[in-house]
Amino acid sequence: MKKVFIKGPITPQFISDAIEKHQTKHSIGAHNIFLGQVRADEIKNKTVAAIDFTCYEGMANPILEEIREKAFEKFNLTCMHIYHSLGTIKAGEICFFVFVSAKHSKDVYDATEFLVNTVKKKVPIFGKEIFEDESHQWKVNQ
Amino acid sequence: MAIIKYYGAIAEATQCNEEHIAVADLNISDCVELLSAKYNLNAFEITVALNQNLVDIDSTIKLTDSDEIALLPPFAGG
Repeated sequence: MKKVFIKGPITPQFISDAIEKHQTKHSIGAHNIFLGQVRADEIKNKTVAAIDFTCYEGMANPILEEIREKAFEKFNLTCMHIYHSLGTIKAGEICFFVFVSAKHSKDVYDATEFLVNTVKKKVPIFGKEIFEDESHQWKVNQ
Repeated sequence: MAIIKYYGAIAEATQCNEEHIAVADLNISDCVELLSAKYNLNAFEITVALNQNLVDIDSTIKLTDSDEIALLPPFAGG
């Protein structure tokens, strides 16, 4: 099973290394990357400073495996990677990284959209939005 | 005793991440009702997983001691 959950933020270096690892795969002609970044939303005069992510990993991992299989069935992909942060991720840091590679561009656009939307909807991940004054509320996806 | 797991806002309301409860003669629906009353969870939008698979909150599936039940708030990944 591929490792999806990473403790802490997804760093620019991690993303750069992921791109570099694919340069030896010469059947790939198109990559697409989605990066989810923590937003400093203003809610009732308070600003979100960070999101603390938790997940039900025992349930999340098999669902992620199913999503991966579905993506390979639906789209003509060479490879794909999904990473999501756990723990406290500050505003401006990356918490979600989807990296899709294929021969041609159409497949990577469609697959990325499918993966981002499906992970948000189906994977049991929870986010506590922590404000600058250390109070909090629970994140709800739009 | 079956294991009950709580996540996110629900774990905050129950003030614990998991506990063991006696489930003899209980089904999913009874179990959720019991826990909702115990922790005052009626205001929460709850999704239920039985042994890591989603089930209907009104399900009449009987529980056994080896079961893992999870009460989940809305998913918020990404």
